[in-house]
Amino acid sequence: MSQAAPHYYSLGESAVALALPAPATLAQQRRIWRLAASLAGAPGVLDIIPGMNNLTVSYHPLDFDPDHAFDCLRQHWVALSAADDDAPARQVDIPVCYGGEAGPDLAEVARHTGLTPAEVVKQHCAAEYQVFFMGFQPGFAYLGGLPEALATPRRAQPRTRVPAGSVGIGGSQTGVYPACSPGGWQLIGHTRLKLFDPVATQPTLLQPGDRVRFVCEELRHA
Amino acid sequence: MLEILRPGVQTSVQDRGRRGLRHLGIAQAGALDMPALYRANSLLGNDPDAAGLEITLGPVSVRFGRDAWLALSGAHFHPELNGRPIHTGQRVFAQAGHTLTLSGCQYGMRTYLAVDGGIDAPLTLGARATDLQGGFGGVHGRALEAGDRLPLGAPRALRDGPGCRSPDWTPYVRALPGPDYASFSPSAQAAFWQRQWTVTPSSNRMGMRLRGTPLVRRHNMDLLSHAVFPGVVQAPPDGQPIILLADAQTTGGYPCLATVIQADLWKLAQARPGAHLHFVPCSAADARAALARQVREGQRLRHALRTLTE
Repeated sequence: MSQAAPHYYSLGESAVALALPAPATLAQQRRIWRLAASLAGAPGVLDIIPGMNNLTVSYHPLDFDPDHAFDCLRQHWVALSAADDDAPARQVDIPVCYGGEAGPDLAEVARHTGLTPAEVVKQHCAAEYQVFFMGFQPGFAYLGGLPEALATPRRAQPRTRVPAGSVGIGGSQTGVYPACSPGGWQLIGHTRLKLFDPVATQPTLLQPGDRVRFVCEELRHA
Repeated sequence: MLEILRPGVQTSVQDRGRRGLRHLGIAQAGALDMPALYRANSLLGNDPDAAGLEITLGPVSVRFGRDAWLALSGAHFHPELNGRPIHTGQRVFAQAGHTLTLSGCQYGMRTYLAVDGGIDAPLTLGARATDLQGGFGGVHGRALEAGDRLPLGAPRALRDGPGCRSPDWTPYVRALPGPDYASFSPSAQAAFWQRQWTVTPSSNRMGMRLRGTPLVRRHNMDLLSHAVFPGVVQAPPDGQPIILLADAQTTGGYPCLATVIQADLWKLAQARPGAHLHFVPCSAADARAALARQVREGQRLRHALRTLTE
């Protein structure tokens, strides 16, 4: 697989980053995850943070040598072999109760997409998603893979309080709110799984690169 | 035990915060004026990782449940222990039952209260710091409320000792051009360095919102989400910059115009709404040298306080 050259840049006084050429694709994002895995444990590194089509590595500022950091990033990038592109990912199933009070906007998503609520749920569960990167809240995963047919604009009036565990659609994205917060996504369901548990050994249910499936536990009618 | 009688505008348990978890969306949290918490801990010979209270503006009062040594560093209030004035930047003995009150913040925005042995909040993801957005750490992941009783670590045998000063605050904050700097118009770039920026009241521990000349981008290319850190200066579409602080989320999509150097982040912690800031260009090497100097000065102070009192 041929590779266009990445763009390397620094962020602040002790972080370096690499951005891959547009467009962002799943194949490129896989390379970002593998680069993150390959950099884990490199000396002096504090954080290795995948973004969308990019990766940032921060160092302890007093140990930071920019030449060394850029060399390290370049070497790890070049050493990734194309053969490993299909490296296995963790599979996480998220049980969801769709509709009713658990998903008050399921009817609105159905109306917008021209599908029945049952068809929305069927398509949402049939798709395979992958965690592109994380942010917004502890344990919040930006998922790629929402079927285009399900894309629905955000609510005109964001809710002031979205319960933790809410499963939503916002534009062409889908995801789960780990904590109670304000939010503008259309809520189609709710999971009882904890997306973030600060006292667990593994504090977040999801990590960059995970494959995710939503499993319908129940479909309630409004 | 330390009992909160009056929590003021916002008081929370903070230490040096969390590292290495940003890829999971877990923020740093921790003291906004890290050198001030470090000084307060040094005044008591506490571990540098000990947790203290970050006190914002006040008025605050707390009662000591055991004999304790306390130290304040950061913003200047009129601190009183059982009605008698005490000094900021000084080790002070409080008897069990004594009440510390902080009112009339004269200068700065946040002060740090350290107690010998530290605040013994549970370690959560490697720190005791409160993550107010994530709702964990500290005391139930929230700002302190009247009636909260905080456990304290083991008391230390201390005696009166010398004090230390806080550095003078200046509105000049050093910054490096950010990765998206070139996408701003030359006049926006010039305005960023030359104009005065006003801290707005909608600032919090996640970010400091500034008001001034709107910073317009040359072309409005959509950016893909990327990692951000405390100190990153973002320019959202309205052109009014936001400086991310310790509780900020870990990835973002706004263009990054500049980054405030780590050695000057404490100045942001002490800038009140209405304060004016100026950005001063700096090189990355100078930024690291400034931080190394700040760390060295802290260690020298810590050493001096120890050798003079033990």
